[in-house]
Order: sequence, then structure tokens, then C-alpha cells
Amino acid sequence: MSATQSEIRLRDVTKRFNDLVAVDAANLTVAAGEVVCLLGPSGCGKTTTLRMIAGLEYATGGDITIAGRRVNDLPARERNVAMAFQFYALYPSLTVEENLAYPLHAEALPRDEIARRIARVAKVLELESVLRRRPHQLGEGEKQRVAVGRSIVRTPTCFLFDEPLSRLDIQLRQTMRTQIKEVLERLDKPTVIVTHDQIEALTMADRIAVMRAGRIEQVASPHDLFSRPANLFVASFIGTPQMNLLAATLLETAMLADGATLARFHLLGEDISAVVDQSVARLPPGSKVTLGVRPRGFELVAPDADDALHALVDLVEPMGAEMLLHLLEHGTDLRCVVPHTTRVAIGETVGVVCKRGQLHVFDEAGILVQ
Amino acid sequence: MSKGQARGIGFAGWGRTLGAASISLIYFFPVLFIILTAFKTRQDALSWPVKFIFTPTLDNFVAVFFRASVEGGAAEATGFGLYFFNSLFIGGTSVLLALIIGTAAAYGFSRFPLRGNETYLFMILTTRMMPPIIAIIPIFVLFRVFGLSGTYVGIIALYTAFNLPFSVWMVKSFFDDLDRDIEDAARMDGSGEWRVFRKICLPQVYAGLAATFVFAVILTWNEFVFALMLTSPQTRTVPAQIVRTIGGSMGVDWGLMSALETLFIIPVVLVTFALQSQLLRGVTFGTIRR
Repeated sequence: MSATQSEIRLRDVTKRFNDLVAVDAANLTVAAGEVVCLLGPSGCGKTTTLRMIAGLEYATGGDITIAGRRVNDLPARERNVAMAFQFYALYPSLTVEENLAYPLHAEALPRDEIARRIARVAKVLELESVLRRRPHQLGEGEKQRVAVGRSIVRTPTCFLFDEPLSRLDIQLRQTMRTQIKEVLERLDKPTVIVTHDQIEALTMADRIAVMRAGRIEQVASPHDLFSRPANLFVASFIGTPQMNLLAATLLETAMLADGATLARFHLLGEDISAVVDQSVARLPPGSKVTLGVRPRGFELVAPDADDALHALVDLVEPMGAEMLLHLLEHGTDLRCVVPHTTRVAIGETVGVVCKRGQLHVFDEAGILVQ
Repeated sequence: MSKGQARGIGFAGWGRTLGAASISLIYFFPVLFIILTAFKTRQDALSWPVKFIFTPTLDNFVAVFFRASVEGGAAEATGFGLYFFNSLFIGGTSVLLALIIGTAAAYGFSRFPLRGNETYLFMILTTRMMPPIIAIIPIFVLFRVFGLSGTYVGIIALYTAFNLPFSVWMVKSFFDDLDRDIEDAARMDGSGEWRVFRKICLPQVYAGLAATFVFAVILTWNEFVFALMLTSPQTRTVPAQIVRTIGGSMGVDWGLMSALETLFIIPVVLVTFALQSQLLRGVTFGTIRR
């Protein structure tokens, strides 16, 4: 099967529940072997999108194509899509073995072929010792593995996961994450994972689709999402601690000798300059903008330094190897992460500058200037 | 009871057990009294003060099924063998039918709601709101017109109809409590609606079906008025015959009555005990998550 044949493609997919638009013209393509995470706050439509791909909800508009075939009108059982549910949805009255065998029923396989497939999956997921148990006799990690096993025991066209790790404790989560990733890499099928946990998304996904209020705000690799958030929502949603977003006025821009663009901004009652993307030069002077700086994008300098923000240390939160500083200037809270060796005292005034390349400029509509 | 519990039972534990035992005794006393009387001779049964220690006899139980002929000679059958068979057959069949039809209806109401679903459910419930005796005259007439009077088909159909609303409502609540994701998973695994129902949903409500079965059996087993009106000597059930046994020229034969009643409660007790664990899970369904 060629790569284009086994991809998932959403074109203007819309879901309305009476007056409520749950998913609004979503466009997304997931290639074979690619893992795409749908990430967003609860109620943003990510689970509805997943259920539409699965065939558990019908789209009210647009086209859903799986492996080159429009599946909008196909019921779930005819789509050959594998899905692992948030609460595993194991069949409570069947043993683990019967759970794993269940999806094979539709394929009408001979008995020894079924046994062979179950044995293979049980080996990969280390389930051999619990095959005779029923779901309520399993631990959380084992349930999760059975759920994964049930989806890989046949040969589906694609894989869907709904909050796959949300019920596991942190340690188990990391093991499972690696295990799921390994399994998926071997299968070379398109995979869609729904999650509200950005760490999960950032570690598991090749690309992430950030959703808000039914719309896909940005689809990008974890790196691009982090370094070039398309708008204020994505900027504030991705990354912990949250990105600092500061209202500012663009004063002027100038071209430096090395070709970089230097911009001067007025914010928090001070004037500072910083190297910005060259496209900022297109904005007229006097434009209202929002500056985005990640807490790790700040650097402390001497309190009397020029061309820096001057703020009061309000709170110090130790975070292990780093410290999170809350700085106050003109009633605005600046979050700033520094190495734990930095010597600061509460109530002290510090100078803060933005590291080169760490300043994101958003226009008045909240869109990244690029 | 597990070892840990047995070891851990302290003074308070014994107190609670004793309290529970005495309350149970008060509730159980009438039944106990009937069972004791069933084993007494006529003299012992009527003696005052009440005898708790006596020589037991099985004469009463024999008398339930065989009556000494008035003219002397061989004992003749009382027909209670048939009546017990009738009670079991009519009760069992109608409850099973009600459960099968009710389960199908409940699944439909739960999973494929119609326009006005709640109204239909309420209508079904209203049939249980009036005392059934109100309908006895029309039903009697209907049975006469359609020739159902005194037939198995007639009384089984009637009991099935009586048990249906209860079955539908109770079984629906069990279906309502199931996790829908599990059914969605089955659909994604290639199952059609029938297989989802048969292989996934139904096994999950077995405990609930058992509980419904027991309640319906008790209701049907004890039913008296319609049995009295609509059965013939061939299809008569035990309650309808017990009433004909009371009295007579010699006054009430308490020993015989008690033996009858003792035999009468045995099947219900057996069914309840056999399904005890299912019953407990059934009635606590939804409150305890497995």
C-alpha cells in the first residue's frame, strides 16, 4: 500500500449539534507512519474530530478520506479503523485472550491464525501471563496494554487514541509512552492521538494540531509550535511556565550591519530594543503589538543596565535545576526562569533583557508577524 | 466469611450479630411457626400453650398430596402435584417470556430512543399504577370471548403482560448504566448491532436479569386473584387451590395448611438462594462500580 493510499485526510470537516458548532471546517492530513496529536483544552472539539474519523459520529459537512476512500457515510464497523479509548473500553465479560480475539471475528480467520496473532501481540505487549484474566483483575498498565493490543491485533488502516495515558501514574506513563511509540513506528500507519496534556503531545507526536473552540489553530511540528506559535492562543497554550505576553507599541525599526532587524518598543513605561524577525519592519511605527517571550527567553542583567526592563523580584519558586522568578513591573507579572545558582533576593530590583531570537511579535489581531 | 473477618470480630461485632439475629427472629417468626406447625399432629398444633418441643410427623405433607378416602380404602390424590406443576410451569414460562420481551424492549428504549421515548416508557409504567383487580371484569369477558379461560396460554399471556412493565423498566436501568465506549469499541472492532447486543451488552447485565427474574418470580408465584378467576381445575395454581383447602366440616386443619405453605415457599427460597450473589449485584447495580 503506498503512502498516499493509507493516509487520513480531513477537508473542511464540520460537526454541528443543533446550534452548536463542535468542529468548524477542520483541515488535516495524516500521512502513513505519522503521529498527529490533537491538542487543546476540554470542549475544543478534539474528541469529536476523532470520533468522526472513527465513524462513531457523522460529520455534518466536509469530507473524511481514509486510505483514498471517502468514509463519511460508512458505519464504524466498515471503516477498519482501530481505536483505543480513554477508559480502555475492554469487554468486561470476556477474558484478555477473548478481548484480543474479538476484532478478528469480523475477518473470519481460521482458528490457528487467530491463536498465532494473539500470541504475537501478547508477546510484544508482555501480556502472556494475564491472557486468562478478566479486565477487572488487571492493573491500569495491563488494561492499557490490552487496549493497545486489541487495536493492533488486526491490520487496520489507521490508529486512533483517545487520551491514551491519562489514567496512568507518571512512571507508568513514561514506560507506556515509549512502548506505544515503538509499536506505532513498526506499524507504519497514520495515527491520531487526542490529548489535553502537552507533554504527551510534544513527546509522542510528529506534528501537533492545536484546537480551540472547534477550530484548528495551528498544525506544526512540536519544535515549530514552540518556536513559532502562529497566534496568541497557541503561544499561551503551549509551554510551561506560560509565555509572557506583554502589550507594547512599536516605535521604529532599523537594519543592522549583519542584516538582522532591530526594533524599538515602548512597554511597561520603558523603551527597549531587540532583534526581531525582518517582517516586523513591515509594520508602521506606532503599531500596537503584543510581545511574547518564554520564561526561559529572559536573561538577568545588572539593575542599572540600559536597554533593559527593570523589575522588582516578587516571588521565587525553586524548580530543581532552575528557579522560576515572578518579577513585577507596573503591576505586570513577568515569569522568568533562571539557573538555580542565580543569586536574587525578594524585593530587589533586577534588569531583564530578552535573549536574541526569543522575542515573538504578534500584531493587533493576535497573529504572529512573520 | 474470610479468616480476617472472623478473627477481627470483637465485642461490638458480636453485639451487632446478636442484634441482627434477634431482629431477624422477629421477622422470621411467623414463617418459623408455620414450618413448625407443618410437622405437628392435629393435637400438637392446637395445644395451648404452644409446643416448641414435640414429636415431628410427616403426616401433614403426605396429606397435602393424598387424602384418606371418606369411605375408607385406598387414599386418593388431592391434585396438588398438578397444582405445583402448574405454578412452576405458568410462573416460570411467563417470567421467562416477560424477561425476553422486556430485555429486547429495554435495549431498544435505552439505545434507540424513539421520538417521545419518555412518553412510551411512562405509558408502560401507568399499566402498573392501577390495582390489577380493576381490570378483572374486562379481562374475564375477554378471556370468555377468546376462549382463553382456564387455558395455560391465557394465564401465561396474562402473567407475561403483568410482568412486562416491571421487566422493561428494571432491565432498561441496567442497560442505561453501561459504559457506551465499550459498545463503540465493539463497533470499531467490526461488530454489527446484533453482535454488540448479544456479545457485549447482554453479558454485562446478567446479574440484573437475575435480579429481575427473582422479583418477577416472587410476584407471579404469589398471584392469587387472577389465578382464582381464570384457571380451570386443570390449570389451577397453588394459591388458587390453598384457599379451597381452608375450612371444611372439621374446622381448619392447621397442620395441613402449614405443610402446604411450607412446600409453597420452598421454590422461591431455592431460586432466591441460587441467585443470591447475582441478586445482590443486581440490586446494588450502579452504586458499586466493578
